[in-house]
Amino acid sequence: MEGSSKVIHAMYTDDDVLMAAVKKVRAERYHIEEIYTPFPVHGLDKAMGLAPTKLAITSFLYGLTGLVVSIVMIDYMMIEDWPQNIGGKPSFSYLENMPAFIPIMFELTVFFAAHLMVITFYLRSRMWPFKKAENPDIRTTDDHFLMEISAGANVDEQFDILRNTGAVEVTLIDKAH
Amino acid sequence: MASHYEAPIRRPLVLGEKSYHDVSVDIAKPVEGKANKSWWIVFSISLAAFLWGIGCIVYTIATGIGVWGLNKTIGWAWDITNFVWWVGIGHAGTLISAVLLLFRQKWRMAINRSAEAMTIFAVIQAGLFPLIHMGRPWLGYWVLPIPNQFGSLWVNFNSPLLWDVFAISTYLSVSLVFWWTGLLPDFAMIRDRAVKPFQKKIYSLLAFGWSGRAKDWQRFEEVSLVLAGLATPLVLSVHTIVSFDFATSIVPGWHTTIFPPYFVAGAVFSGFAMVNTLLIIMRKVVSLEDYITVQHIELMNIVIMITGSIVGVAYISELFIAWYSGVEYEQYAFLNRATGPYWWAYLLMMTCNVFSPQFMWFKKLRTSIMFSFFISIVVNVGMWFERFVIIVTSLHRDYMPSAWTMFQPTFVDIGIFIGTIGFFFVLFLLYARTFPVVAQAEIKTIMKSSGQRYKRIRESGGSLVGTGTDPRTHNVNIHSGTPIVDEKSTVKPQDPKAINELMDSVGVFDPTTQAKDDLQQINGVGPKMEEVLNGIGIYSFLQVSKMTKREYDLLDEITASFPGRAERDDWAGQAKILINNKK
Repeated sequence: MEGSSKVIHAMYTDDDVLMAAVKKVRAERYHIEEIYTPFPVHGLDKAMGLAPTKLAITSFLYGLTGLVVSIVMIDYMMIEDWPQNIGGKPSFSYLENMPAFIPIMFELTVFFAAHLMVITFYLRSRMWPFKKAENPDIRTTDDHFLMEISAGANVDEQFDILRNTGAVEVTLIDKAH
Repeated sequence: MASHYEAPIRRPLVLGEKSYHDVSVDIAKPVEGKANKSWWIVFSISLAAFLWGIGCIVYTIATGIGVWGLNKTIGWAWDITNFVWWVGIGHAGTLISAVLLLFRQKWRMAINRSAEAMTIFAVIQAGLFPLIHMGRPWLGYWVLPIPNQFGSLWVNFNSPLLWDVFAISTYLSVSLVFWWTGLLPDFAMIRDRAVKPFQKKIYSLLAFGWSGRAKDWQRFEEVSLVLAGLATPLVLSVHTIVSFDFATSIVPGWHTTIFPPYFVAGAVFSGFAMVNTLLIIMRKVVSLEDYITVQHIELMNIVIMITGSIVGVAYISELFIAWYSGVEYEQYAFLNRATGPYWWAYLLMMTCNVFSPQFMWFKKLRTSIMFSFFISIVVNVGMWFERFVIIVTSLHRDYMPSAWTMFQPTFVDIGIFIGTIGFFFVLFLLYARTFPVVAQAEIKTIMKSSGQRYKRIRESGGSLVGTGTDPRTHNVNIHSGTPIVDEKSTVKPQDPKAINELMDSVGVFDPTTQAKDDLQQINGVGPKMEEVLNGIGIYSFLQVSKMTKREYDLLDEITASFPGRAERDDWAGQAKILINNKK
């Protein structure tokens, strides 16, 4: 009952040691709550069993939105609202003058795809100016790797396992809520 | 298991015996330290040029465009020349961070941050020109399709100048978020190292609360990849659209279909030259020679050589097509470039752009830092003249001989250009003092595959598991869950046992074979501390460089003054750099 509010922090000083530890801990069927690393450790998300991110898909949809916005905007302004003769360019239908519209259609597609995806990323990962950092130990942005697992019924056994994986520091933490 | 295999033929990208911690220390150093005298000198010069430029801009806007050297025939000259030149320079940054990322080029990691910074600062300079070359810049907002009280009067989407507005603003804003997102982990590193509260506050704000969770990294890498995939066509499209300003016209010498790819190649060419210029200086000034190595410079030179050759082919194609076309206006445009009153500009452009990159075929030249620096300047001069030649020589003599004229810039034309150079360097110098100039989080991912130390370990048959550990930060403290008994140190100052222990680990100085180093060069060692160190028997950087946490503690016990000072200042790391600089 009180075990549920406690977590164990295991600190590592090498990425390969961390990877081996993740596999070991997963094999022991302990739940890894979080891992904080100073740089992207390739393959870590797979080893932890994280689901792949869908940001690329959102970006594609945002790009489509941008394309539609540009077509609707240019069609309205150039063909529907003021179909003027500017230098002999055919303004009778969108398709006839489309080559001149391609640059802006392209730019707006990229603009929407890029910016909306980045905003989605910031919101999904909960990052914005004045956001407080949540890494529990400041060394994890330098050269330390921190694995957080939820403390089970037998904390001593978990401590033993973690120490054997090469952790340089194992700490039992009361998670403040 | 993360495998770090790399073909033995590849040369190391990070030199020296670097650990992950060394990377943090080296990259945070320029940010945490103080600016030196030469920085202030260069900054003052740049600031003066910038202020002069502002003066010229204010004078232009207040008095009218007539203060420039333009006339009725030549409506575009230095303004648009400088605009295209700055946009072109900006392109290398995106190329390095996006295209080289798509091609998985690891060498980009040491240079991408500065290249992107250069992009942003160069595009800011470029963006000034479309505004200030307007006759009525205060109506500049009319280029935007905003609903308005004129019956909703819209813009004309047929004009390449409007395409420019969309292209440049998209380019600047996308480059900015790409750059900023990449900076978050590095700002977080500096935030977590900061000791001064103000610095901590600023970098906490800039880092957006980056915590480095596994999920954050997974998304971060996906975002970087997708942005790279978007930025690559963007960078090609932006300079293409800039080239449309000329290519879609009916002016002989401008109306060409080769312009879009040829301008892009020229942009990459001049952009890489500018990156080379800046990085050759920067690696020296902020002592990052171990990260921005001669190999990086050589690879940039190869890109300059390739794109320079593409530009050369484009020049020849233009000449061939002019001859082949049978259009006398087109033929005259090129005859005029080569033999008309601006022959010197054309010759300068040909010499700088076609011949100078060909020197890079010689390994001796392309691996010479001095020579690369010289060529990179030459290329930028040549590329400025390319834009000048295209714009001015095509305008000053075209269809009607009665409209033929010449162009003479005034001091205001020149002053604004100098002002943008000053502004660019003001921004770049401020950046170099406050931003992590190398993407440390990315460098750390290639340490085990491309770091000299790890390559050495791997080639001698050793395993890389556990080698990321740094003795200075590796502090085994398994039982931190249980309270640690606070023991007061019983060691007295000048304790002979501690001195012996310290000397055992740092090594004895032999005055007959070794020379004494000036230990005061280490930041934190004053005349008093040097005496103390000499008293213990420490005379050389080599000895200091061997110090780890254990030795620092021993030193604290012996000297009993400024506890923790040596560790905080990272004397060992500083000594290593000083040793490297001596060589």
